[in-house]
Amino acid sequence: MEATVATKTNQKTWSGGTNKPLGASYGKMMMWFFILSDALTFSGFLAAYGLMRFKFIESWPIADEVFTHFPFLHGIHAPMYYVALMTFILIFSSVTMVLAVDAGHQMNKKKVTFYMLLTIIGGVIFLGSQAWEWKNFINGSYGAVQLNDGKIIQFVDATGHQITLESFAKSSNSERTQHTKNKGLWFVDEPALAAFSLKEVIDGFNANSDITIRTELINPDTKKKTIIPRENAMSYLNEAKMVVNGANLKVNEYGKTLFADFFFFITGFHGFHVFTGVLINIIIFFNVIIGTYERRGHYEMVEKVGLYWHFVDLVWVFVFTFFYLV
Amino acid sequence: MAAHSQEHTSHTKLIWKVFGILSIITIVEVILGIIKPDALHLTKILGTSPLNIIFLVLTIVKAYYITWYFMHMADEKKSLRRSVVWSAVFLIIYLATLLLIEGSYINDILAPLVKWNY
Repeated sequence: MEATVATKTNQKTWSGGTNKPLGASYGKMMMWFFILSDALTFSGFLAAYGLMRFKFIESWPIADEVFTHFPFLHGIHAPMYYVALMTFILIFSSVTMVLAVDAGHQMNKKKVTFYMLLTIIGGVIFLGSQAWEWKNFINGSYGAVQLNDGKIIQFVDATGHQITLESFAKSSNSERTQHTKNKGLWFVDEPALAAFSLKEVIDGFNANSDITIRTELINPDTKKKTIIPRENAMSYLNEAKMVVNGANLKVNEYGKTLFADFFFFITGFHGFHVFTGVLINIIIFFNVIIGTYERRGHYEMVEKVGLYWHFVDLVWVFVFTFFYLV
Repeated sequence: MAAHSQEHTSHTKLIWKVFGILSIITIVEVILGIIKPDALHLTKILGTSPLNIIFLVLTIVKAYYITWYFMHMADEKKSLRRSVVWSAVFLIIYLATLLLIEGSYINDILAPLVKWNY
């Protein structure tokens, strides 16, 4: 006995037969609903970020002070510029993508190829930019001290501007060297030591009478971090546990570690989307070149990857707002 | 195919126009984000600063243009548009509202217990 087949298929699984619910082809409709579910995933992450931010609203890191680097401008305070550039790169690659879709409607293979190529290049540049942004965030810019209860203490000069540890602490390299496997127990390893020991930082602080510290606490009237007068500073530094350089999942010189966790997770998840988007774009790009869609009679596949690509751009618009602007 | 022949005219002009709009909005956002005028940044309205409200509104406008004109949502059937957009909008507002209310409640309880003086 053969199984009962309810409907006769037209052999093309991925175009889903001749029915067109909601007036869209099977592939396009499913791409839309995939995007819907992915959008909800991202909103879950961003809403969790919002929850934690509201929970620690009085001491959350200020984005302007965290992301201040720009290529070739060393030591210049340039908040926002780099991330604005990244936003433009992504918006522009969205434009070339939609131009490719548009050329596909006109069955213009040459133009589709060209614009797909531009889109891929834009995506790769964006990924590189994000890697650079991560590198700066991981390496840090000023260095800080963490207290026993996990709070971060940063150092400022007389004008209230943050200063680097190098500018006042002297490295004596006296306390100890990094333990590596060839120097002792072969099964014990440790990460690279901070450039300065805690003692060197505190000695440097005592030696420079014009610097002081600031805490994570935000003054609600000025929306700036609270600066502690120098005469009270030592009672904070007596509680110091370790020197912090840069940010990772365990510690963050800019303030709350949660900020670093969410930053790495959300921009990482978005970056992974960009990465897969680039891969899919490359596949479709080669399909365009070998004439797959020319033979098929339509460029709907370009339209579908285009949807995904624009969605990645859409998510970035929100990430940009919630991590850098608000 | 023949039924859609009117769609095959090029939309290049519209695309560049939308790109222009998105660029202008982004530039405005960046300028506001760098200057942070005190009148917008340090005052309070609807539980946050007016600057944040501006950023949120501009973001949603940007999202609208990307979805409607880059993703061609404007050309889809009303049924598809509604089933995607309304689902997202409703669920996201619902989630964000609950979590943000909960977050500020936790802050109300937690913040007085956090020590800032040593």
